[in-house]
Amino acid sequence: MGLLSWGMYPKIKNKIFSLRSKEALGTYIEKADEFIPYGNGRSYGDCALNENILYTKTYNNFLAFDEISGTLTCQAGVLLSEILDSFVKRGWFLKVTPGTKLITVGGAIASDVHGKNHHTEGCFSECVEEFDIMLPNGEIKTCKKGDELFRATCGGMGLTGVILAAKISLKKINSKNINQTTIKTKSLQETFEAFENYKEMPYSVAWIDCLAKDEEIGKCLLMVGDFANDSDLDYKSKKKLSIPFNFPSFALNNLSVKAFNKLYYAKAKDGVSKQKVDIDTFFYPLDAIGDWNRIYGSGGFTQYQFILPKEQSFEGLKKILRKISASGKGSFLAVLKLYGKENENYLSFPLEGYSLALDFKIEAGLFELLNTLDEVVLRCGGRIYLTKDVRVSCETFEKGYPLIEKFRAFRRENNMDKKLNSLQSKRIKI
Amino acid sequence: MSSILIIGAKSDIAKEVARIYAKNGYNLYLAARECGSLEDLKNDIEIRSGVEVELKEFDITSYDTHEGFYSSLKKRPLGVIVVSGYMAEQKAAQKEWSETLQMINVNYTGAISILNIVANDFEKERRGFIVGVSSVAGDRGRKANYIYGSAKAGFSAYLSGLRNRLHESGVQVLTVKPGFVNTKMTEGLDLPQKLTASPSEVAEDIFNAQQSGRNVLYTKSVWMVIMLIIKHIPEFIFKKMSI
Repeated sequence: MGLLSWGMYPKIKNKIFSLRSKEALGTYIEKADEFIPYGNGRSYGDCALNENILYTKTYNNFLAFDEISGTLTCQAGVLLSEILDSFVKRGWFLKVTPGTKLITVGGAIASDVHGKNHHTEGCFSECVEEFDIMLPNGEIKTCKKGDELFRATCGGMGLTGVILAAKISLKKINSKNINQTTIKTKSLQETFEAFENYKEMPYSVAWIDCLAKDEEIGKCLLMVGDFANDSDLDYKSKKKLSIPFNFPSFALNNLSVKAFNKLYYAKAKDGVSKQKVDIDTFFYPLDAIGDWNRIYGSGGFTQYQFILPKEQSFEGLKKILRKISASGKGSFLAVLKLYGKENENYLSFPLEGYSLALDFKIEAGLFELLNTLDEVVLRCGGRIYLTKDVRVSCETFEKGYPLIEKFRAFRRENNMDKKLNSLQSKRIKI
Repeated sequence: MSSILIIGAKSDIAKEVARIYAKNGYNLYLAARECGSLEDLKNDIEIRSGVEVELKEFDITSYDTHEGFYSSLKKRPLGVIVVSGYMAEQKAAQKEWSETLQMINVNYTGAISILNIVANDFEKERRGFIVGVSSVAGDRGRKANYIYGSAKAGFSAYLSGLRNRLHESGVQVLTVKPGFVNTKMTEGLDLPQKLTASPSEVAEDIFNAQQSGRNVLYTKSVWMVIMLIIKHIPEFIFKKMSI
């Protein structure tokens, strides 16, 4: 048995070493021939898998907190959920958070994650003031914005070294609640208009019904919101339900996905409605169901997430949604998001435009379908998100990331390409 | 706010037990040998939860220091949690008496030495709770680890008797029997994932069981079923088995 990624595919055996001290890590790095750091296993594909895994969640002390500026220094294995448990009640929240709080700080940096507020706040690296990283030669460097090591490491998929600790700045809040507005649209055109109308709102995300056909393609529920100002900071993370075993593979057939999408879409009121919801409901709806990845069965699943530049987004999305709809390989989840400006990091995913994320059960014919979607993405000048990926070709990947050669050169110069590798880095020759 | 005393605070399970009690507002005494190395954890917990954490030097095998140790606590703790444990290789312990003795002393004699003192105090006060972390290995002796297991069996029997004695005084005694846990102690072993808990899962189970007044806790809970089966295998079959 080995550690799995969130998609439970591929399954490989691995040797695990748990990070407990810098000293022990120094010895490990010196002796290891090739390994990859692993956080909480929430990346979907093979970016944190290899035969040798450095398990970092055991390295999770809080180191310092400045009550005035709201900067927290902690070791890399701390989960975002642990930060929320301690700080929401004291009036602090993450400046940038992805759709799960069950990832480590180290993982957040390595994937340069983003959230519902990318169009206003950018990626996770924006809130990282500095971090300590152990390089393959055992040297520990503190690195700041502006350093090449910073640009390579944020979004660098753990391939530049082992992040040990980070100093991140938190955001002041005066409530654990979000005033949410839900907009129900009937077509892709309406969805785009809604995004534009609400782009001043700090948080936004849309759930797309992928099985809609013809004129209804792209209909969605757009949820936008901002923190309330009601001084209610009484936050306790909810007890979660859990899925105790892998569902048999027939459980998630076309019909059940259709039913789910219908229910979700149908439950929202027509037009515009307003709700007050808490942090967990707004930011982390799926965390409420532990191990939800098991509903796809033991064969596993993947998430296909791509982004298209703004000018190409409408036509590109239409084409892709049509292809998915025609294939009948419906996705349990399809999330559409508007993004702000691209940053300088070599391999960060976001660029100004729209991204769509869809889950697919691993099955015959899937990768062929995804290859045809890749072609549309490339023609539109888009790219694929490495944190979700398990199958993209080297060629497709390279075309999407123009700074890849800089990243490769940086890895070579610092002997990172010998020590640090994942199945993904080898597949797409990073 | 009430304080909790954690004995054997250096272990992975103890670290998570400390964090969860702190998260729920309890101040902590963390007791261990060479407790200076716990400064990082003290700092971590103070930032996370804003409670008071005091480190206490404590050697579970220096029995004659236990009385003085307990009376040196500034405030009587509301609860005492014994997490100390020592597991040597079974084969090494069969050959080396010192290893066997160390397992008996840490897992049984030392734990009982300190808990006798705590129990007398709590009985007099008619309040408090005691949590002892024993092991499923104490439920039945197996060739793979019966020396460790027999010390834990002794500890489990002690806790059972103590619970019986203190029931009248309203003092709760909780016996914890973890199965496989991913810790420093088990690093490198190929444990079956479905039966293996993380230290934070164990800590959460302990906290919930203690708060709801439970007597015996298996963690993960599936171990209750496994051990029920193992305990009921007839001896003439069991002696031939390798499990």
